[in-house]
Amino acid sequence: MRQFDFMGKRRIAFIVSIVLTIVSIGALVLLNLNLGLDFTGGTVVELHYATVPSLDDIRTLLANSGFENFSVQTFGATDEILVRLQQTFSNDVGNQVVSALSSGGAQLELVRAEFVGAQVGDQLRDQSGLGMLVAMAGVAVYVAFRFQYKFALCALISLGHDVLIVLGLFALFQWEFDLTVLAGIMAVIGYSLNDTIIVYDRIRENIRLSRSDDMAQIFNEAINQTLSRTLATSGTTLLVLFALFFLGGDMIHNFSISLILGIVAGTFSSVYVAAALLIVFKLERQDLIPAKKENVEGEEELP
Amino acid sequence: MLNRYPLWKYLLILIVCVVGVIYALPNLYPQDPAVQISTTNGSLGSQQLDRVTQALSDDDIQVKSAAMTGNNTALIRLTDAEQQLPARDVVDNLLDNDYTVALNLADSTPSWLTSLSATPMKLGLDLRGGVHFLLEVDMEAAVEQRLKATASAIRADLRDQRIRYRSTDVDDNALHLEFANAEDRDAARDQISQTFNEFQLENRDEGRRAFLDMTLTEQAIKDIQDYAVQQNLTTIRNRVNELGVSEPLVQRQGPSRIVVELPGVQDTAEAKRIVGATANLEFRLEARPDAPDSETESFPFRNDPQRTATLSRDVIITGDRVSSASQGFDQNGRPQVNINLDGTGGSLMNQATRTNIGRNMAVLYIDHSTETRTVTRDGEQVEERIPTTSRSIISLATVQSALSNRFRITGLDSPTEASELALLLRSGSLAAPIYFVQERTIGPSLGAQNIQRGIFSVIVGGLLVIAFMLIRYKAFGVIANAALAVNLVLLIAAMSLLGATLTLPGIAGIVLTLGMAVDANVLIYERIREELRRKTPAQQAIHAGYGRAFTSIVDANLTTLLVAVVLFSIGTGPIKGFAVTLSLGILTSMFTGIVVSRALVNLSIGGKPVKKLWI
Repeated sequence: MRQFDFMGKRRIAFIVSIVLTIVSIGALVLLNLNLGLDFTGGTVVELHYATVPSLDDIRTLLANSGFENFSVQTFGATDEILVRLQQTFSNDVGNQVVSALSSGGAQLELVRAEFVGAQVGDQLRDQSGLGMLVAMAGVAVYVAFRFQYKFALCALISLGHDVLIVLGLFALFQWEFDLTVLAGIMAVIGYSLNDTIIVYDRIRENIRLSRSDDMAQIFNEAINQTLSRTLATSGTTLLVLFALFFLGGDMIHNFSISLILGIVAGTFSSVYVAAALLIVFKLERQDLIPAKKENVEGEEELP
Repeated sequence: MLNRYPLWKYLLILIVCVVGVIYALPNLYPQDPAVQISTTNGSLGSQQLDRVTQALSDDDIQVKSAAMTGNNTALIRLTDAEQQLPARDVVDNLLDNDYTVALNLADSTPSWLTSLSATPMKLGLDLRGGVHFLLEVDMEAAVEQRLKATASAIRADLRDQRIRYRSTDVDDNALHLEFANAEDRDAARDQISQTFNEFQLENRDEGRRAFLDMTLTEQAIKDIQDYAVQQNLTTIRNRVNELGVSEPLVQRQGPSRIVVELPGVQDTAEAKRIVGATANLEFRLEARPDAPDSETESFPFRNDPQRTATLSRDVIITGDRVSSASQGFDQNGRPQVNINLDGTGGSLMNQATRTNIGRNMAVLYIDHSTETRTVTRDGEQVEERIPTTSRSIISLATVQSALSNRFRITGLDSPTEASELALLLRSGSLAAPIYFVQERTIGPSLGAQNIQRGIFSVIVGGLLVIAFMLIRYKAFGVIANAALAVNLVLLIAAMSLLGATLTLPGIAGIVLTLGMAVDANVLIYERIREELRRKTPAQQAIHAGYGRAFTSIVDANLTTLLVAVVLFSIGTGPIKGFAVTLSLGILTSMFTGIVVSRALVNLSIGGKPVKKLWI
């Protein structure tokens, strides 16, 4: 089977990673995330129609009038409609909505227009932030315990790299960031970690089996051995995501974008960040095999 | 060598699968959109029901079934959810005011499944809609409460400084203090202006009486009201989470209102009671017999209103200082609430009880309620609300020793009351009373077309994964797909058992875990292929493949599980819901990926001397 020299090209990969990370941080700082209705709140408009309207027509009319990020629901009865908009509340939002909707000839009146607060409270935001940090610390301890601290450090950097890039691209292109995207980011964390650990596991196994001290060579073998698996798993997951992306409609559109980006970044980083960084951190055989065992013949370590 | 499992392993897998199928099954019976009719003082019988179904079919509304569900309730199941609202209007018009007509979602789970407490998953606000409550925060009460608390603090402050006062009085946005003479008032004014700078102070003399008027500034009133809404929002969020409703929506609407939307809760009575409950506790010492009237207040006992006790006006602490509370039973089997106070609460309680051993301490149960009356004013129907606050003593006991931050409260009527009080104390009290101004059922926030597209894309995604596995791993792909199907069943069963709420992103998440779940099988099959390339005999290759891939699978999944568990224990709301799906997905996919697929391999070819593997 053909062997790709992954480690030989690690410098190019590092440059790509660093550029992407800097762009992401820049985008996050300068442009900020385009937070959705869930996070920002907006305006709620309650309408009363004279005759039962079609919800799809209302959606089309609103979209044609330039409203974005809205939801339309029936409210108690079929002729009572509740519209939520991300637009900041002002006194004439209600009338704007009414005039946009009555352009189709429908008879309707405004019941009320009020601002609505964010669905996600500060408490929830702080708690999720804290949760992420504790989760990262937990992962670091586990990986340090199962592997070695250098692995833990590199796994964390690679995880941060993936999350940062997905967030950065969302900020850069000003895609709407709502609760579904947050869920997507959490799935990316799970996926990226999974991928990294699989590669690490093979690296650990190969270091124990091989007598060579050429880490780059060992890493290359490990990555090549896991390559078909990596491509198969990323492939199946991406298949699902592309189906969601192209066919799934607005609601899961951004959710699937976050995951597609996350999985591409996660696959790339498990090779080039997580593994290649181990070389930078000067991983040695002794890190995984206690010095005492150095004298023991390699064969005896085989199961 | 041959690959075999002992019989007990096959049996165990079989049992797990059967249990999984049973608990996943209710999801195949869709909930029927229904209209529920109930009456308290009318009569409801098959005659009326026939009249109703006739009227519905006259209106081109298709009725699936109409049946009495109790003496005074009937359920009309419909075939089309779109017709639910028109159907309710038709029925409502037909029947007079003695009947309540409400929307309902009727489970069509067969009774043998219900008896095993198998229920379907609920659909979220985006897919199915739910119940919508609009609550109004009583802003005047928020200000009044703050003034009362300030009055109590000032009294304690003045006593500490040995400044004598006659009385304290609260009205509108002001607090009035009365003193025996102007010197006392000036001393008090110095003291008060240092600590309470949100007030405007003014001297007022009426004959020989000296008053100090403290008026809240406009800004201070606005801050208090803002704080009250924010605090209530947090408390209601906590309560909704405590109720175990997943994927709810709680948000501020307008300056003084809060919206709560709950998915799939069709029995709105419980949710309404908990969301709007205002019960709180106060701890006060019994007044000394020689205490002046201005420092005491009399309260009735909760279980015996004839009996009263005179308590000090000063509150040691309120329920707001409770950091955790749980319901339990005392040694006589009576319900009690175990309480832990936070740091400040603990030291306040300790200070108060340490110096008062031998005196009685009372626990006051406070309940704010609002009565709504419709009155006709100027020819228009106006809703008038009369807020009432009832305070009653639930226990009065001698302080035996200094209390710390842990103690328990008895004197409650029932375990239900105790557990509700514990829930309310845990989630925090409301900063101001609230009342319901609107209650509606709300339709799905996603359009029908959007939902259909979402579900279609999910099905396509699932089929693509199946096709991919078949093409890449041939015969073994069949096994992986079978394991995947078992995985899906187990995941749905576990989510149904936990009462999870399904939203469209949630469904996408499930399919995504399926995409990732094949990972275990991919790892194993790639190892088997590697072994085969090294010319290892077929059965040995299978054995080695499963064995070697095992540590990779366990390490990778345990780390991800760790993340999910931490997110679950710290996160709230949607984060928690996602963490549940993720951890369940990891557990079921490890079981099916490693154990079930191995069992299938062992059963099919494990016992035969195979030369070549079709992989």
